[in-house]
Amino acid sequence: MKNYKNPDENGYYGEFGGAFVPEMLFPNVEELQNNYLNIIESSEFKEEFRDLLKNYVGRATPLYFAENLSEKYETQIYLKREDLNHTGAHKINNALGQALLAKKLGKHRIIAETGAGQHGVATATACALLGLECIVYMGEVDIARQAPNVARMKMLGATVIPATSGSKTLKDAVNEALRDWINNSTTTHYIIGSVVGPHPFPDLVARFQSVISEEIKWQLKEKIGRENPDYVMACVGGGSNAAGTFYHFVNEEDVKLIAAEAGGFGVDSGKSAATTFLGTLGVLHGSKSLVMQTEDGQVIEPHSISAGLDYPGIGPFHANLFKEKRAEFFSINDDEALKSAMELTKLEGIIPALESAHALAVLEKKKFRKDDVVVICLSGRGDKDMETYLKHL
Amino acid sequence: MTNTDNIQHPASNIQHHKKLNIYFTAGIPGLKDTTEILKIIQSSGAEMVEIGMPYSDPVADGPVIQKAHELALLNGMTIAKLFEQLKSVKSEIKIPVVLMGYINPVLSFGFESFCRECAESGVSGLIIPDLPPIEFEKNYRQILEKYRLNFSFLVTPETSDERIRYLDSLSSGFLYAVSSSSTTGNASKEINNGQYLQNLAALNLKNPVMIGFGIKSKDDFQKVTANAAGGIIGTAFVNILLEKGDWKAKGTSFIRSIIN
Repeated sequence: MKNYKNPDENGYYGEFGGAFVPEMLFPNVEELQNNYLNIIESSEFKEEFRDLLKNYVGRATPLYFAENLSEKYETQIYLKREDLNHTGAHKINNALGQALLAKKLGKHRIIAETGAGQHGVATATACALLGLECIVYMGEVDIARQAPNVARMKMLGATVIPATSGSKTLKDAVNEALRDWINNSTTTHYIIGSVVGPHPFPDLVARFQSVISEEIKWQLKEKIGRENPDYVMACVGGGSNAAGTFYHFVNEEDVKLIAAEAGGFGVDSGKSAATTFLGTLGVLHGSKSLVMQTEDGQVIEPHSISAGLDYPGIGPFHANLFKEKRAEFFSINDDEALKSAMELTKLEGIIPALESAHALAVLEKKKFRKDDVVVICLSGRGDKDMETYLKHL
Repeated sequence: MTNTDNIQHPASNIQHHKKLNIYFTAGIPGLKDTTEILKIIQSSGAEMVEIGMPYSDPVADGPVIQKAHELALLNGMTIAKLFEQLKSVKSEIKIPVVLMGYINPVLSFGFESFCRECAESGVSGLIIPDLPPIEFEKNYRQILEKYRLNFSFLVTPETSDERIRYLDSLSSGFLYAVSSSSTTGNASKEINNGQYLQNLAALNLKNPVMIGFGIKSKDDFQKVTANAAGGIIGTAFVNILLEKGDWKAKGTSFIRSIIN
């Protein structure tokens, strides 16, 4: 079996990855490349990070056997409850890890981009805890549709700056954050929220999120006597919760990986964010991956009902899984995600984030065997999406 | 255009004036204005021209050039159209033409096809700020050499001497020194980096050094080029193209005001 887990020394997963940054960012990226593994693998860092994950974030998150959902879909469904983390999503794992790393690198100013606001809230939280200045870039459209998270970020002391270019969503927030980083390169660390960006960000974020699959392994062993499920499933925008969910299984052939992308109004509608269906090889935000773009190489503005999946690319880790057919990708439309969110709420009393609802919607699309063990990452909780849900009730 | 160097006569740096390179984004203010702008830049006395290829996500650029890219794309500018336009004035433009852009649209065009078109359109060099040297050496250098195209890397005040030498060794035509580590047209940063520019001059690099980013006036130009072969003005010129009014007259007088 091939090694899908970590990139090569130049940051490549197969043909995807690398570090395509202008010289203005090279010193920062090089500093990270040269130091990230030494720092995050040191026993001092590990101890501090583990302690925070346990006592501050509330890990381990439960691996919950969803009996009613299992009955409906005639298979064995477990939900990895990342929605129960402090701040309500998996994003806190990475934000805390990177904020700690930034401190070790002597940076006191943090910038971040956010789509749904979960990464922004997580970063603002980590910065409040660790005494770091925090600036969050967020698309103007996303600011309007994720008001509760904007309020939380501000209360946590972060400055929220609207990205007003392009589609005014996640892609544009990344652009603005990269501009800020170029203009403040020596003082600032950019906490990228997904497995995108120049090397080493995809690997760094995947490692911080890998706590998800690490826990699934021992939790499943406790529950059913074996570490490996038959399927692990997660939604993919940039792909951080999916990378964390797949991480410890990706090199194990007996586990099938399923990724759910945001189909928006449908892959053929012109209003979609399903990158593996619509994307081609390109360079966006510092790495070579699959990108939704025109024939002329102009990036297409994506659409998804979920702000967190509204991104016209995927991380190089996932692009490689797609190309190598190691993971199966599904495109889930807005209405299918909404339906699955309502269903989980009704059957299990859990209101999921719209992003996570995309992963749940795969249950309608794929037939599982009765004794299959299917683990779905419930990446975040739905409080932030109440306004959207209420509109569609 | 027969010139294959980005800078003609690099040894002529001892001339009383420094070489002025004017940047503009192709496709603004109107789709077909590129050729007229080229002629104006040449006739006003600039020694080089750098043409920006519009891109949807120009992260190394500030708000003015970002807006220029957006407008150019709205106007329908593409790399293919730019080559057509350049070919139509090939015989009239004698100053070196350099194309600047991001790697993604170039890869979509096809790197080798792009270079072939450059050679056929009279382009003498390229600047692609997000193409790292490691990728350049591995995948692209030979293609550029095949089509006799120059390639200029960027260096910044944060680039180490060792890396400056490395980037200089890979560059040809000229080395692009960013005046301060920022996006283009950053008005908040004053150009105050005499030490950095002196240091660059002291390194005795193989390429002439052109300074860019943040130069708005004759005063800025003279200050930053004291120890360099010349300077590159982008945002201040693009602003003229984006403003309502007679950009031809304003553009001409702006360029003359820098040189004279």
